[in-house]
Amino acid sequence: MRTIETSAISAAVSRLCMDANFYLGEDVLSRLRDCAEKEASPNGRDVLDKIIQNAEIAANDRVPMCQDTGFTVVFAELGQEIHVAGGDFYEAIQEGVRKGYREGYLRPSIVRDPIDRKNTGDNTPAVIHVDIVPGDKLTLTVTPKGGGSENMSEIKMMVPAAGTAGIREFVVGCVQRAGANPCPPVIVGVGIGGTFEKCALIAKKALLRKTGMRHPDPFYAKLEEDLLEDINRLGIGPVGFGGRCTALDVRIEVHPCHIASLPVAVNMQCHAARHKSLTI
Amino acid sequence: MPDAMKINTPLSDSVIRTLKTGENVLISGVVYTARDSAHKRIIETLERGDDLPVNLAGQIIYYAGPSPAKPGRVIGSVGPTTACRMDSFTPVLLEIGLKGMIGKGNRSDDVRRALQEFTAVYFGAIGGAAALMARCVKKAEIAAYEDLGPEAIRRLEVIEFPAVVVNDCYGGDLYEQGRSAYKRV
Repeated sequence: MRTIETSAISAAVSRLCMDANFYLGEDVLSRLRDCAEKEASPNGRDVLDKIIQNAEIAANDRVPMCQDTGFTVVFAELGQEIHVAGGDFYEAIQEGVRKGYREGYLRPSIVRDPIDRKNTGDNTPAVIHVDIVPGDKLTLTVTPKGGGSENMSEIKMMVPAAGTAGIREFVVGCVQRAGANPCPPVIVGVGIGGTFEKCALIAKKALLRKTGMRHPDPFYAKLEEDLLEDINRLGIGPVGFGGRCTALDVRIEVHPCHIASLPVAVNMQCHAARHKSLTI
Repeated sequence: MPDAMKINTPLSDSVIRTLKTGENVLISGVVYTARDSAHKRIIETLERGDDLPVNLAGQIIYYAGPSPAKPGRVIGSVGPTTACRMDSFTPVLLEIGLKGMIGKGNRSDDVRRALQEFTAVYFGAIGGAAALMARCVKKAEIAAYEDLGPEAIRRLEVIEFPAVVVNDCYGGDLYEQGRSAYKRV
């Protein structure tokens, strides 16, 4: 049994909110540089160069790489040997978000109600997903999710007979319908299986993987590569101005599902693929 | 950067008519930020027959909601937001003399038709290059709707703000052209 104070949780979340918004992952940067070198479109190449330059400015100046500092989504892996002391676990995370967004000069982008739309002023509430895991550690992952790419996400309850061909058509179609709106080059998180809500959740979890890491099952690894190839043939290009680089990566997560169902979810991610983790 | 044409605000019709889809520009002068909530208020004001807090005739709207400015800085990060969310409000604004918009993503057929009818232009800025865009802003102040926070109307003075003509006043569309040029079957 190990005790973790809520103050430590808040401090960790606060730091992660800022780090995620200032420092783009090296895996994403590396893929962007690669794509810039190979991009055939002059406008596309210029866009990629500016995106890379932007990430450097953000890191140097500790300013957000995108003004949309996102809906704060927090994944917590809580070891079952941990005792949380000092207050409410969820409230500790919310307090960390409040602090991080205030001290990091990050944008408050949450409205209290979808119809009256009054800004909450402090970017709370965050959306929090908790998994209980073995051990006595707490791993926190903060992923600010921008509205532009999130708005281009789709979920479809397909019939099992649709199969791999149906999945490919839906995923590629989703990127095509999104066009320039999610700020390509995109990263595509795909969930296959589960229930309606589980399918969407695993699609988001897929976005946490490092760029270029393939699914451990060779069948899904190949599907990821085929989808990336199909998507990059669309010609949408960097920010939709036309080009070869429409997607940086496609990641699939899979879950058992009902004998009558084939749920497929696409959680669209823009090139500002932001997530940072910390273990306490 | 590919060759860019320097243009100053306010944009005259004669300058707008020289701008063709795909042209890179560097915009200097005044632009006004406004997005979802501000547009809703603007339209409600016009419907009531009241005066707008900002005279939009001849102006450019930049669809943006900046992050807060760090101390000593003019503005926070300020890249474009998705323009199509403002499509339903746009033809009315073009009718009262709005001359340009900067955003990202494609516009509706109605907006594209209105750009032709009222001689105006829609520019695309690079989505996500928000820290870079901030460096082009020399002055920023709230012009209206301060209570909207990030969604307030802000008056920005920009110098050489990079953008690309997405929809010119002749019906051109860069997203369509770009995709056709690079699509591989």
